[in-house]
Amino acid sequence: MAKIIFNREIDKNIYYLKIAGNYQGLMGQFYMLRGWTTCHPVLGRPFSIFDLDEQAISFIYRVIGEGTQLLSRLRKDDEIELYGPYGRGFPQAKGKIALVGGGVGLAPLYLAARELRKQRSVEAIHTYLGFQENAILIDLFDKVSHRLAIDIGGYISKMVDVNSYDYVFACGPEEMMKAIVEQKKSERPHIFLSLEKRMGCGIGACLSCTCQTSSGNKLTCKEGPVFPGEEIYFE
Amino acid sequence: MNNMLQVQFGNITFQNPVIAASGTFSPDFEQHFDLSRLGGICSKGLTLYPRAGNKGIRIWETASGIMNSVGLENKGVDLFIQQDLPILKKLKDKGVRIIINVSGSTEEEYLRAVELFSKEEVDIIELNISCPNIKGGGMLFGMTSYAARELVRQVRKITSLPLVIKLTPNADNIVKIAQCCEEEGADGLSLVNTFNAMAIDVKKRKPAFNNVYAGLSGPAIKPIALRMVHEVCQKVKIPVIGIGGITNGRDALEFVMAGATCLQVGTANFMNPFSCARIIEDIENFLREEGIESLEEIRGIL
Ligand SMILES: Cc1cc2nc3c(=O)[nH]c(=O)nc-3n(C[C@H](O)[C@H](O)[C@H](O)COP(=O)(O)OP(=O)(O)OC[C@H]3O[C@@H](n4cnc5c(N)ncnc54)[C@H](O)[C@@H]3O)c2cc1C
Ligand SMILES: Cc1cc2nc3c(=O)[nH]c(=O)nc-3n(C[C@H](O)[C@H](O)[C@H](O)COP(=O)(O)O)c2cc1C
Ligand code: FES
Repeated sequence: MAKIIFNREIDKNIYYLKIAGNYQGLMGQFYMLRGWTTCHPVLGRPFSIFDLDEQAISFIYRVIGEGTQLLSRLRKDDEIELYGPYGRGFPQAKGKIALVGGGVGLAPLYLAARELRKQRSVEAIHTYLGFQENAILIDLFDKVSHRLAIDIGGYISKMVDVNSYDYVFACGPEEMMKAIVEQKKSERPHIFLSLEKRMGCGIGACLSCTCQTSSGNKLTCKEGPVFPGEEIYFE
Repeated sequence: MNNMLQVQFGNITFQNPVIAASGTFSPDFEQHFDLSRLGGICSKGLTLYPRAGNKGIRIWETASGIMNSVGLENKGVDLFIQQDLPILKKLKDKGVRIIINVSGSTEEEYLRAVELFSKEEVDIIELNISCPNIKGGGMLFGMTSYAARELVRQVRKITSLPLVIKLTPNADNIVKIAQCCEEEGADGLSLVNTFNAMAIDVKKRKPAFNNVYAGLSGPAIKPIALRMVHEVCQKVKIPVIGIGGITNGRDALEFVMAGATCLQVGTANFMNPFSCARIIEDIENFLREEGIESLEEIRGIL
């Protein structure tokens, strides 16, 4: 059980949740959250780590259904359960890096930007964020990016010249991620995507999160959620 | 230390009665607690050859339960023995009983899979004749006493490993099937596997699952599973592993009072990865508080 520092609605149906505690985690990893102590809903909900330090861990989530609705009702000092960190996150990267987020898909990119900035081999971090209506969290992203591009209502993938980067990390709607992968024309850009699949356990036990890749079935929770772009078969 | 929790399952001693159920647990839970505390650990359902599992959505929630349609995705017995068994053997060395859950589409497949494991250091074969998520085989062997009897008889002939048969609650008469398994030389029974169930996506006007039906588990099934364990325990002498919605120590104790010797915890592992450890602690606390020296004192008292 952990205590909530704040659970703020930062845009319509989008919340910024900060939880007290010294939690572990790497960029692109996720936690299973339970903001209820009853056995319904049965399953925890997976959320990427947005930010983390020795005092707190935070998440950005959109209200979708019952689980996220229950989360959105939590207030300061309420208790929440979280289990993790799970999964394989983004790899170490070097050179010129693009971070591409669509909607709440921006969640794992903030920690990525913060971690990458610490590395000497990273020359530049360009962040591209696409939103449907309102841009959120851009001040935070601005501080950790060398360049920040925002799009509202269009296709953020069109703003990214994928082949001019050494690494592209993307998270967002499937069409967006697909469009990024389809742009790849050379060996140069190493593309990594963070996928979403329904999850039972989050830890590799239940096999309900299998995704098909060019190297066979993979567990999204354990072998992902971040996969090399060219391995993914989009449905 | 946990001496009061020790149980005797036929010839096998468990350091405590709590077993992590098939398909719901993996050695990765070590991230959360020391797995050597477990009474036993049950492998994912294994088949002779690898299986890719079912397409489409594999898990769906319902009130206090989940439905799954994984379809026995597994790497096949050979690869499992090479890659995964060594990890389980390390736990075995620490006193955790290793149970191998075997499934198949044909009798031949079951027999060859059991044969391969019979050469390995495992504690129990759990014959899964109750998986509702594969077409052909699986649960079909557990639906009628004739089919169950035939399979258990053949498997019994080829293995001297302790043999536990995992029963399906979807059979017409689970007690009769339990008795047939006992007559054919099974060393124990485990029940229940998941209940055949259904969910419909009303917007799409389609079943949630590609296979239409899926297996229901979790707290929602506990009262029915408990009744079935109670019924079966009245009629057989071999030990029974109680399964179905066990989420806390009280649930576990209910199954013991209904007659179960050991317990398996499945869906609860998804609700809280510490569930097995907590249940073991809960049982121990109950025994201390009530001044009970061993689970034997309360087993099958009803
Ligand atoms: C690795 C990972 C990281 C994620 N990170 C974030 C994040 O940072 N911010 C954010 O807003 N969302 C994130 N999601 C999606 C988020 O998990 C779902 O929106 C959430 O589970 C919906 O729950 P619900 O009860 O509100 O919706 P319901 O639709 O009522 O949920 C029903 C079931 O479907 C599952 N489900 C529904 N939508 C999704 C989905 N898109 N992905 C996976 N499972 C789903 C639920 O977990 C639940 O088991 C992530 C998903 C994954 C797999
Ligand atoms: C995702 C999932 C996968 C399962 N896989 C198997 C399996 O491979 N073999 C098997 O015998 N039972 C399997 N089961 C059934 C469980 O072992 C257990 O019998 C059932 O879930 C009831 O217990 P519970 O309510 O504690 O989960 C599975 C259950 C779930 C939820
Ligand atoms: S969510 Fe259970 S294996 Fe991935």
